[in-house]
This record gives sequence, C-alpha cells and structure tokens, in this order.
Amino acid sequence: MTDLQRTCLHDLHVELGARMVPFAGYEMPVQYPMGVMGEHQHTRAQAGLFDVSHMGQVILRAPAEALEALVPMDIAGLAEGRQRYAFFTDDRGGILDDLMVANRGDHLFLVVNAACKHADIAHLRAHLDGVEPVADRALLALQGPMAETALARLVPGVDAMRFMDLRSLDWEGTELWISRSGYTGEDGFEISLPETRAEAFARALLAMDEVAPVGLGARDSLRLEAGLCLYGHDIDATTSPVEAGLTWAIQKRRRTEGGFPGAARIQRELADGPARLRVGLRPEGRAPMREGTKLFATEDSPEPVGTITSGGFGPSLQAPVAMGYLPVELTKPDTVVWGELRGKRLPVRVVPLPFRPSTYRK
Amino acid sequence: MKYTEEHEWLRVEGDLVVVGITEHAAEQLGDVVFVELPELETQVAKGDEICVIESVKAASDILAPLDGEIVETNEALIDNPALVNEDPTGDAWFFKMKIADMAELDSYMDEDAYKDFIG
Repeated sequence: MTDLQRTCLHDLHVELGARMVPFAGYEMPVQYPMGVMGEHQHTRAQAGLFDVSHMGQVILRAPAEALEALVPMDIAGLAEGRQRYAFFTDDRGGILDDLMVANRGDHLFLVVNAACKHADIAHLRAHLDGVEPVADRALLALQGPMAETALARLVPGVDAMRFMDLRSLDWEGTELWISRSGYTGEDGFEISLPETRAEAFARALLAMDEVAPVGLGARDSLRLEAGLCLYGHDIDATTSPVEAGLTWAIQKRRRTEGGFPGAARIQRELADGPARLRVGLRPEGRAPMREGTKLFATEDSPEPVGTITSGGFGPSLQAPVAMGYLPVELTKPDTVVWGELRGKRLPVRVVPLPFRPSTYRK
Repeated sequence: MKYTEEHEWLRVEGDLVVVGITEHAAEQLGDVVFVELPELETQVAKGDEICVIESVKAASDILAPLDGEIVETNEALIDNPALVNEDPTGDAWFFKMKIADMAELDSYMDEDAYKDFIG
C-alpha cells in the first residue's frame, strides 16, 4: 500500500488493531477487532467514532449565488450556522458528486467525497474564485444515540445544536467546526479539527465507555440501512437527481427558476416523472444481493429491467437489503421483482426507503 | 487434520472426510451472514465451487477439496451462519464427503505447514 495516502490518525488505527484497506487513494480502516457487525450494532446502540479525514474539506469565499450556478440547491437561502445536502450536476442532468454545504458567515464550507475531491476542486475552480481546499484539518464523525452525551463532555454546547446546525466550538483552546449530521441515519456529529489535535481528541472520545472506533465496513452497512446514496454506486453522472429520488434536496425556488447545470432535464423529470427510480429492495431469504445483481420483471423474462447499485446484509434488520434502479411502473412498494444470484432468480420486494427510520435530532 | 491452500480443513471421520473453513479464513471473512450448502448425494469434482459463504462484506466460495460424493451437510449453518465465526473448526463443519481414495488427503498440508502458509 505504498502509493496510498494516510490520514493523521493512521497510527491510532493500527494501534487499535484495524484492518487497513485501500480506499479512494487512502489507507483506511475497514474494521477493528469488534468486526463490522459489532461496530454497526454499537453505533446503533451507543456511539461510533469514524475517521473520515480522507474526505475533501473546502472553504469557498464566493457569493452563495455563485455556487448556485453549479448545484440545484438554494444556497442564498441557507442561514448562517446551517448546513444542507447538495450535489454538483452536469449539463446532462447527471450527478458529478454529492456534498454538504454549510454557511459559516463570511464563507461557505463544503465537504465532498474522497474519491471525487480533486475533480470537485477543479470543477469549482473552473467556475468560481475563492476556492480554498483545507489541507490541515482532520474530519471525524461521532454517530449514534450516545453521541451527544459523549461529545458534550468534551464540548459543552453541542447539546443545543439541532440536525444540520454547524457551530465553531472550543475544545481546550482548539477550534472545532462541528455539524450535527452524518451518514448513518443516527443522530450524531461531524467534527473538523486541526490535524495536530485530532489524535488527542479521538483518544479523549475513545476513552469513554460509550464510544468505539468504527470502520468503513460498518459505515457502509449503516448508510445502506439509512437509504443514503453512495456516490459512484447509487448515484453518478448517468443518474439524475430525480431518478435517484433526491428531489427533496432541490428547494422550490431552484425547481422553478432553474439556472443550474442540467436544469432542462431535471425540470422536465420533475414535471413529467423520470423513466426509472431508485428504490429500496428486500431480497427474500437470507442471501445478500450485492452491487451489480441484475433485476428482472419476472422469474423467466429474458432481459433485465434494472440493477442493484448497493446491497448487502443489514445488521439491524438481520436481513439482506439493497438499493437499485427500476422502471417507474415497477417501483410501487410490495412489487416483487427477481434478482439473479449465481444463475438462480430469487424474489425481491420493493420497499420504501429508508429501511430503518432515522433518529436525527430535528 | 489436513489443510488446503483455500483455507479449508479436512478431518477424517470413519470412511468420510469432514470439511470446514479454518479459523484464519473465518476471521478474514468477518461476520458470516449466509451459507449455501451443496446438495446431498451429488458427485463433485476437486475444485468445483460447491458452497457459498457471505459475510457482511463479501461473498466467497468453498471448493470441493477432493473428488467424491456429498453425503451429509450441516443444516445448522443455514439458520445460524454466525456459527462459522464462533466455532469454525468444530460445530461449523460444512459437509461430509465420501471419497474413493483416502490417500489423496496426503497431498494436503498438515497443521505446521498450514501455519507456515498463513504466516
């Protein structure tokens, strides 16, 4: 793994017994000795600590309206201290990446996917001035029902935050940028802090009974149960936000006014409906159906009608769960389609997303 | 006990060979959530993919270690796949097979050789 970058918490991961794997150009912990299942359950029951320092953090000193030229979100209407889910679209209405945008008063703060960060920064720079990648801050996520209790011991004041708030708060003289958000369907926080202080901060959290380190394996099963998209899998340049079921993220003013890349297609699909739609899928039985599994309308129809884009075993549901795209006429809940697994067709039921209700502190 | 390079263990039980996966393999796989067993009374050839094991992370296969006939499968794994992590070399055997020539087992590693193999 010599060509891979390491986050500033690398040595801590190794010390904690993590199994390190290559991910988006980084050497990252996929699991710790607790294992994916245990880490998943721990996050749902108490609090999981994730190192997501591989993700891209970007400061944007540009008017909110300028960013609106690249995303179909209402950025001008985003209040100071608030964060919003967003995505960059292209001229054909596909998704270039999904991201979080926060208003930090005199600038916007963006968090983008690790695998896309170089492309995103180039994309931002091609269209906007004032793009400043943040090179010296780590990013941690603390997720789960005990996250607030644990974090409030170190940083009083986080208990006053609600979902999608972002605050700058002090921890022993260090400025933390904390948002009440995450990627697990649980209440929780993401914490941006100087790399030089990240290990001490992580150790302070890990010293608490409620907090266990959680790797990328459980991060994936947690977000899948929460029905959250993984870029490059559930969404990409070939999927429109409407097909992906992300219209909730496009605020009303932008739907009406347009003025973002791919507006023609996205507005047309908002008006007329898309041809296909991302759905939740519950394979019957216990066999997981993973990404790439072909979906068929009937047990013996020759041509597939869709594909699974994310799938695995949901530890909280104790059953296989998946997401994928189907023609709109097959997306009604309880519709049964067929997934082809090792040459056999097995029934798969269409279900509403998320698989498990989120517990955000709204 | 004999061991294959595919991280299976083979144990002779009377005139049958019992097959499972090693502790090392179970640990590498992580939490096992699904097991598909071979059909009873089928003839298998060495190298055939005859079982599927799915962990939270990924799917993998068990290969038939020898030519022979599947005479018994461990149905307990269907209802409780986690047994593979709990007791890989004991209760979590996968299948028993009848083979023509027990001497074929000699080509596989013994415990010391397997330990060297996994480092």
